[in-house]
Amino acid sequence: MHELGIVFYIIRDVKKAAEENGVEHVNAVVMNIGEVSTIVPDYLMDCWRWAADKEDLLRGCELRFNILPAVTFCEDCHQEYPTVEHGRTCPYCGSEKTYLLKGNEVEIKEIEV
Amino acid sequence: MDPVKVIEIKKSVFEDNDKDACLLRKELKDKGVYLLNLMSSPGSGKTTTLIRVINLLRDKIGIAVMEADIDSDVDAIKIKEATGIQSIQLHTGGMCHLDAEMTRQGLDNVDLKGLDLVVLENVGNLVCPAEFDTGACRNAMILSVPEGHDKPLKYPLMFSVCDLVIVNKIDVLPYFDFDLEKCTEYVHMRNPRAQVIPICAKTGEGVEKVAEWLLTEVKNWKNK
Repeated sequence: MHELGIVFYIIRDVKKAAEENGVEHVNAVVMNIGEVSTIVPDYLMDCWRWAADKEDLLRGCELRFNILPAVTFCEDCHQEYPTVEHGRTCPYCGSEKTYLLKGNEVEIKEIEV
Repeated sequence: MDPVKVIEIKKSVFEDNDKDACLLRKELKDKGVYLLNLMSSPGSGKTTTLIRVINLLRDKIGIAVMEADIDSDVDAIKIKEATGIQSIQLHTGGMCHLDAEMTRQGLDNVDLKGLDLVVLENVGNLVCPAEFDTGACRNAMILSVPEGHDKPLKYPLMFSVCDLVIVNKIDVLPYFDFDLEKCTEYVHMRNPRAQVIPICAKTGEGVEKVAEWLLTEVKNWKNK
């Protein structure tokens, strides 16, 4: 639901980067998106198409993303495990004292011009 | 055709908002104004709770309210009529949350003279508002009994960013399978520092505890 807001942030950042690099048209934007970032890629794509085509700089510009795996760390047994599969409960010792190491990234990796 | 050139950016899309939010907090600190970001689902009783709290505090400190909604100004009018304090309506233009820049634009329309506390009533939503730092000094949220005590498990981020969880509509507890003890336990799983205050905004039960919490917060903000 907040994908549109995120698309506006992406557009703002890409515009800035294009300006700094004297770029007139961007062909592709590549994102790093964590598995548990709460972003729905399909929604992000729809919002992107709608908003990007309103900008000369981004007309027809492709949005691609790498999905980064989410990893959680258990404070009790000090092991790491895949978050999506096991959630907040450690599969090794059953502890709930766990925290997310990575997987909530919403990051612009690079642009192709 | 020109060869493709790749420009590395490697930047979180939230970075600018986080910076804006920190700057706004610093400015509020300099002005001695405490900003509370109040979040919840639609219909949990944000506006009714606010009216109760404001009426307990308005003789002690200067308060204003910013109501954020996708549309209409019913909430801003309701607050103004019930409390007489400065109350403005922000429209998010279809967006499901407020960010720091929108909060700043809202604050530009508030007369801060003589104010100690500004409450931002965020868009009713348990998902998106939690993702965006508004620049507020603290986040608080209202969970109402009919919504169920499992919400901290289902909307973990919302509960992990809030320092105060108000459980509203406790007058209907006998009619719902809402377990207050379990709710508190789940809230603390997400944020061990969070305080849980059960209230009934309709009758006023427990509201004085919320007012006390806010008063202490405002005093600490000004003195620290």
